[in-house]
Amino acid sequence: MTVRHLSHRQGVLWIAALVHRLSGLALAVFLPLHFLTLGLAIHGEAPLESFLRWSDQPLVKVAESGLVFLLLVHMLGGVRLLVIENLPWRDEQKALATIAAGLSAVVAFILLARLF
Amino acid sequence: MNVRLYVWQRLTAALMVPLVLVHVAVIFYATRKGMTAADILARTRGSITWASFYGAFVVAVAIHAAIGVRNMLTEWSPLEDRGAGILAAVFGLLLLALGARAVAAVVLP
Repeated sequence: MTVRHLSHRQGVLWIAALVHRLSGLALAVFLPLHFLTLGLAIHGEAPLESFLRWSDQPLVKVAESGLVFLLLVHMLGGVRLLVIENLPWRDEQKALATIAAGLSAVVAFILLARLF
Repeated sequence: MNVRLYVWQRLTAALMVPLVLVHVAVIFYATRKGMTAADILARTRGSITWASFYGAFVVAVAIHAAIGVRNMLTEWSPLEDRGAGILAAVFGLLLLALGARAVAAVVLP
């Protein structure tokens, strides 16, 4: 591919589409693990409690905040797409995509601060 | 992606917007003073509201994620439509089964 053919990949909206897809992929990988850990409660409170105490590690807390970021950025990116497809066109798409990422990051950082 | 799958993906996406917002609010609430299994299960066990909420969430996300995985496999892997569709359906059914088990684990008394 030539530079001309790749130039669109520097655009905010191309990056927004990539973030939407990669966040969806990461959430799809995470979901079965999330369901398996919640399913620990099928054997009683103790196995779930044991997992939750393991999740007190700092790196796990950072990962949890990262997952909340991915969830929010995927949801807000999806809302932007639903608005584009179902409502009259608005010109501020780049700003809206940036706001979606920024808002997701702020909420994830607030959660991270609360977890520590 | 055919029209039927497109509509299902958009419908489940729209349904999940309020579900995700409530889920994130619950995460903030549950972590306000450290998360314990006792607190979580005290909130969820025997609750028809949480069973309905998370049951609907599991069904919606299983459909939504399966369609998304199918799109990715079609566009990013050498698989043809049929192979991508079969793999995505298996993934969706796995999510549905694990999700139903997880909901049962936290809501059944």
